[in-house]
Amino acid sequence: MNIAEVLHNLLFDYTLRTVALGAGILGIVSGALGCFAMLRRQSLLGDSVSHTALPGIAVAFLLTGTKSPVMMILGAAVAGWLGTYAVIQIVRRSRIKTDTALGLILSVFFGFGLVLLTYIQKLPNSRQAGLEKFLFGQASALLVEDVITMGILGGIVILTLFFFWKEFKLLSFDPDFLEILGFPVRWIESLLTLILVIAIVIGLQTVGVVLMSAMVVAPAAAARQWTDRLSLMVVLAALFGAISGIAGAVISSLTAHLPTGPTIVLCISAIVIISITLAPNRGLFWKWLRQLNDRRRLALEAVLLDLYELSRQHADPQHPHSVETIRTMSFHTARVDKSLEILEEKNLARRIPGEYWAITDMGRAEAEKSIQNMERRT
Amino acid sequence: MSNNELAVEVTDLTVAYKDKPVLWDIDVAVPSGILMAVVGPNGAGKTTMIKAILGLVKSAAGQVLIYGQPYSKQRHLVGYVPQRGSVDWDFPTNVLDVVMMGRYGRLGWVKRPGKAEREAALDALQKVGMADFSERQISQLSGGQQQRVFLARALVQDASVYFMDEPFQGVDAKTERAIIGILQELRSSGKTVIVVHHDLQTVPEYFDWVTLLNVRRIAGGPVKEVFNDENLRLAYGGRVAFKGQPEHAV
Repeated sequence: MNIAEVLHNLLFDYTLRTVALGAGILGIVSGALGCFAMLRRQSLLGDSVSHTALPGIAVAFLLTGTKSPVMMILGAAVAGWLGTYAVIQIVRRSRIKTDTALGLILSVFFGFGLVLLTYIQKLPNSRQAGLEKFLFGQASALLVEDVITMGILGGIVILTLFFFWKEFKLLSFDPDFLEILGFPVRWIESLLTLILVIAIVIGLQTVGVVLMSAMVVAPAAAARQWTDRLSLMVVLAALFGAISGIAGAVISSLTAHLPTGPTIVLCISAIVIISITLAPNRGLFWKWLRQLNDRRRLALEAVLLDLYELSRQHADPQHPHSVETIRTMSFHTARVDKSLEILEEKNLARRIPGEYWAITDMGRAEAEKSIQNMERRT
Repeated sequence: MSNNELAVEVTDLTVAYKDKPVLWDIDVAVPSGILMAVVGPNGAGKTTMIKAILGLVKSAAGQVLIYGQPYSKQRHLVGYVPQRGSVDWDFPTNVLDVVMMGRYGRLGWVKRPGKAEREAALDALQKVGMADFSERQISQLSGGQQQRVFLARALVQDASVYFMDEPFQGVDAKTERAIIGILQELRSSGKTVIVVHHDLQTVPEYFDWVTLLNVRRIAGGPVKEVFNDENLRLAYGGRVAFKGQPEHAV
């Protein structure tokens, strides 16, 4: 299938259009909110919220007997919020640290959710089918009704983020200072947690509780690599989330038996890998390149200084020295030959037949200059 | 505000972690328009005292008045410079943005900082000698520069009483002189400045008032009257031989 066909389907194929729209919305919302979770060092909260939402979904179904998106999301949100509240209270009232509390609440709630799910599946009732899609997500089952719910809730989340931007930013950077300025920090914190919970639960049906935390953590981690501005970071994270959502929906529609949720997560993982390696400044590849350059420069300087040191031990400064002598002096033994060649190209050293080397006048001047520089620095 | 007025009046302030008292029944009265050091050994509760006064740490008991009114009504009169290490300097923002945060309180809910806030921030950066750094990423600042950014952020708060937690920590001698110059300027313009301080040697030179703390308040008042060997020994135990050559409480 070529690109034109994919685009055509994206616009006119009802199922694909619905799925892609839903996945895109979920990517935007979880990407944007994930930035704040990451900057407040609460990335794991996403994992906890999504897992703790499962029993909420099951209970909502048991109580109402319907699978309407509003009910499912409400159940998930209440359970997710309860779980978060429990984590906060455990940390506040006991000696248990956040990571342990998160792990504890996550597994207890998730286990309880699985038990309820098994129970529901054994009920003599045909309506229960499909609840297990919340485990790994089943985007292909998204209905327009679901997407509208996601869109409205996602819109509320983004608008809240927009209005309280400055408060959320200061909360993430320096909560004590926010308190000093007279803002009710607890309220702002609760509001941010609330919209994070909403951002997570609207994605559960598409991506599933198991993988949803990836959509919170990954776009933010990728976006942080490219910029040092919070506003741009949030926009980029939303964009990365949307791109991987739509790409995941399209790719899984092209291949039989390829589940949408995991495909979306694979797409965002690819973006993360590219960002971590190739982003300017923070990218590992450029860091590695800078280190390599530094190492080469230092090796070159070390060999030149060794030659200079050797030349000072003789009346004739052009006295030749064997490569072996230089090699035993130098710290970077592996690069002595290569460095000598580069020095020769720069006319700083001279090769004398029989694997001997001497420093040139230009080399002496250069060595003296770098010694002076070193002294000035210390 | 007259000079006889008390800028800060703390009575019976007690803070406890679990069942261990960190601050015990502290009374501090700070007259308006002075520059006061808070000194004491490690674990004496200096930072905790400031944080408890400002409501950042829960106190078990006590009352805080700022210019005669409860602190909760006088927040807008208070400026704060936290310890440098209390935030993540890799946060994605720049110097100007951090300094403008000092205006968020005046702006109130939802409203974004605009031209006026920008100008106030640039003005404050000028005062602390960081005018050329306004667009700099905060991750690229040295310790002394970070400290000056926090000071500028407090300046734009345009407060009457400033609380500063170790503003000289990790700065070089030149920056320290620049910072103390700014603090003395604040005092000259009638502001009150309360500073958690570590270096006993500079207390007489920099400050006109001092509070000696070691879980309890040991002494407090004008430096000339209370900053003596006896009180230092009471505060630091046997660790300070004499005032000229104190063993630094690091």
